[in-house]
Amino acid sequence: MRISSRSARKRRNVIVAVGAFMMLALLLLAVAANLTGLEISPAFAEETAAAASAEGESAYAPPPRLSAEDYPRVGNISSRAIVWLAAQLHLWFAAFVLAVPIFVFIIEAIGMYTRDERYDKMAYEFIKVSITAYSLTAILGGLLLFSLILFYPDLWGYLTTVFKDTMFYYALLFFAESAILYIYYYGWNWLQGDFRKWLHLTLGLMLNAVGTVLMFLANSWITFMMSPAGVDAAGVFSGDAWAAMHNHLWNPINIHRVVANVAFGGSIVGAYAAFKFLNATTPEEKAHYDWMGYNANFIAISALLPLPFAGYYLTAEIYAYSQQMGITLMGGVFAWLFIIQAVLIGSLFLSANYYLWCGMGRSDGAERYNKYVKWLALGIVGAFLVWFTPHTLVLTNAELKALGGPYHKILGPLGIMPAKNTAVNVMIVLTSLSFMYYRRSNKIATVSWVAIGNAAQIALFTAGLFNIFFLGIYHGYFTNTVYKVAASIPQVMTTLIIIVASMVLDRFIYRGAKEVAPLRWGRVPARAQYALFLLAVAFTWLMGLMGYIRSGIRQHWHVKDIMRDASVDAQTPTMGYAANMVSLGVIIFFVMVIFVFWLSQVSGKKSLAPGYWKAG
Amino acid sequence: MRNLAKTVFFSLLVILAFAGFANFVVPQLQPAAPPEDEVLDLSAMTMDQFVALGGRVVEGKGTCMLCHNEVGGRAPPLSETVAQIPVRLADARYEGSATDSASYLYESMLEPSAFVVAGFGKAGSGDTESPMPNVSGSSIGMSEAEILAVIAYLQDLGGEDISVEIPEDAGAAAEDEEEEDGEGREPFETVEEIIDEFTCGACHMVAGEEGDLGPNLNAIGGSRAHDYLRRAILDPNADIAEGFEADLMPDDYGEQMFASELEMLIDFLAGLQGEGSEP
Repeated sequence: MRISSRSARKRRNVIVAVGAFMMLALLLLAVAANLTGLEISPAFAEETAAAASAEGESAYAPPPRLSAEDYPRVGNISSRAIVWLAAQLHLWFAAFVLAVPIFVFIIEAIGMYTRDERYDKMAYEFIKVSITAYSLTAILGGLLLFSLILFYPDLWGYLTTVFKDTMFYYALLFFAESAILYIYYYGWNWLQGDFRKWLHLTLGLMLNAVGTVLMFLANSWITFMMSPAGVDAAGVFSGDAWAAMHNHLWNPINIHRVVANVAFGGSIVGAYAAFKFLNATTPEEKAHYDWMGYNANFIAISALLPLPFAGYYLTAEIYAYSQQMGITLMGGVFAWLFIIQAVLIGSLFLSANYYLWCGMGRSDGAERYNKYVKWLALGIVGAFLVWFTPHTLVLTNAELKALGGPYHKILGPLGIMPAKNTAVNVMIVLTSLSFMYYRRSNKIATVSWVAIGNAAQIALFTAGLFNIFFLGIYHGYFTNTVYKVAASIPQVMTTLIIIVASMVLDRFIYRGAKEVAPLRWGRVPARAQYALFLLAVAFTWLMGLMGYIRSGIRQHWHVKDIMRDASVDAQTPTMGYAANMVSLGVIIFFVMVIFVFWLSQVSGKKSLAPGYWKAG
Repeated sequence: MRNLAKTVFFSLLVILAFAGFANFVVPQLQPAAPPEDEVLDLSAMTMDQFVALGGRVVEGKGTCMLCHNEVGGRAPPLSETVAQIPVRLADARYEGSATDSASYLYESMLEPSAFVVAGFGKAGSGDTESPMPNVSGSSIGMSEAEILAVIAYLQDLGGEDISVEIPEDAGAAAEDEEEEDGEGREPFETVEEIIDEFTCGACHMVAGEEGDLGPNLNAIGGSRAHDYLRRAILDPNADIAEGFEADLMPDDYGEQMFASELEMLIDFLAGLQGEGSEP
């Protein structure tokens, strides 16, 4: 059948794409529906479990009570260190390979919408960079699995009792992921043109859907260890796999990881583009990798902005699940970890903003805004310093006397959460302002109401910042302790409103704008590329650090409150030890990433060997 | 290659900076060791020691102070609990079956939602659901004896007569007791061991020691009776001898010593009648 009109072809393509997506959704539902126990409602499952427990009948055994002898040792190797590194490296690579298809899908779609082939080429280069990382992810996953079986056999045994079904489907989905990925990557140049491009985009969507489900399954295992569900108080599994998966912290971690993965993936690809930029020999190459680096940074920052909110939601849910766990997280020995986190996130924001400010040099029109940069820098550094201020100081008696208590009279109030919430919101708002200046740098608005529009923007930012400060100060210092963090949600909403409203308003103000000076891709200093490296390293290090605390708040429990860790490594290590482990992991990760990047280059190289082959 | 070396060097520098900050700027707090099970010897325990055990459970294993503190304000301060019990029992929202102070405290630890103090319930529960876990559950895992010890501690803290008795059976294990605490060791059998262990000679002239921060005890038996000596050990700031400072002597010997040790020491001191007395 020949479809004559262009609109009919488009309609057919949309139907095919939607149909494919629906089929995939049905397939995933079918997989989920086959999980043991899903056919019964959670309430009924609870009753069944309670009844079974009351009668003392259960098909499942409780987790064993372990002693140090139950943990096999291999020489003097630290079991915890091996599992730690294997898990962290697996997670970094998994985050990377799950994130890249998300923004590759978006970039490919933008390319299809704008019909600008540069987007398609960039999307292809992104997926090319990540392709070798898939096999490394699987290899590291295998290493983690073997390490767990070898060093923590009883824990692994208990987890497989609860999650054997999901683990089986996880393995099956891995086949699906690989098959779709290979068709998606190797078929990129083959699947070009109207219908084929739609088909290719659908494959990208399926790749993301399967990848996301894979991650959600793995997330359910680790969140079960933090907030076990589907088991009774003694840890006896009820048989309801869905209840175990759908534990209290599952969705908060799912959301946090999806957002963080995108930011992390963007930062790694940004580092790749930065490296290629530094090595570029022609202006065209420089322009291409400058543009790629900018887009990667844009992706990373776009995901970084909502990340604190996702983190806040996760923390709130940890408190809701267990106040003890929440206080261990924020108020115990881990409290100082958040000072390190502040340094890392401060580095992320500063490097991302620095890159934007350097990027303003691409257009001569940006000179109009250069005078504001120092104030933005000052504001961001000020917010960073507030975030960085510790609450409770570790002091000697003499210092305690000199200070008149554990809190500094002036700086002490900046140590509490409302001050930090205020600081992080200010930092995000100022970063969005940086980005607005960048977007405006090569344009002049032509609409008649430009003055009113700019006044509205000033009013929006001023009122928003005032509201953020007011909420933080009022709730933080003039209300009962219980309500101290009550300002956080309205503060977040204020920040989001500022970002969205200012973008929408600017879009209208700059509709039909004149280009005052073109953006010259490639005209950016080399030092800006180092900001991208800093972004990638800081992000990787931050993920490692937060992995330590996520796992550490379980303290001496493999599975919180129901399966105790009796190994010699049960005691939570100090922050210095954790930092050294994270640093070692980051170094190994980047060595492997350099290998992956190098491989992606080697595949495109061809050496001529005259005289080597027989003349045909 | 030069660019690769530069970027690798830069990245390593960043990693080192972060690691250095975490190692050398941030204080290296050692997280608590996992609690270890230890059998309590309740038969040799005085009520003071039982109260002290309750205090240690509140501060340590029970993790009560994570929330029940003045700073965090996540749960009502424990110092006010006992005084508030009659009011809470009479409150229309009270859903438990306690009738007195001890049974209320017991119930509040095992069924914390029986009564939730206004403003301290789980968010959205309208103060009907407490965020506090059942303390006998595995996350805290207090034994029956430890729960009773906490009750004794809270009653003592609130200035109320202690109405619970020290159980004969320790039940499940207590944990993380320090070596020097009474329950973690056998009682000493000679007064020399007691004086040596509790370092009395560091501050007092007694048993051949020459401490001068506290009164000379070599003839204390000549001027002070048993009751005075007992009070001076258990509550050292009750009377301060002229020329000496208050707050120097630890006020927790009653918790650290076994009853047999305390009595042995008092008998010994009461028997010191002159300069240079030796045990």
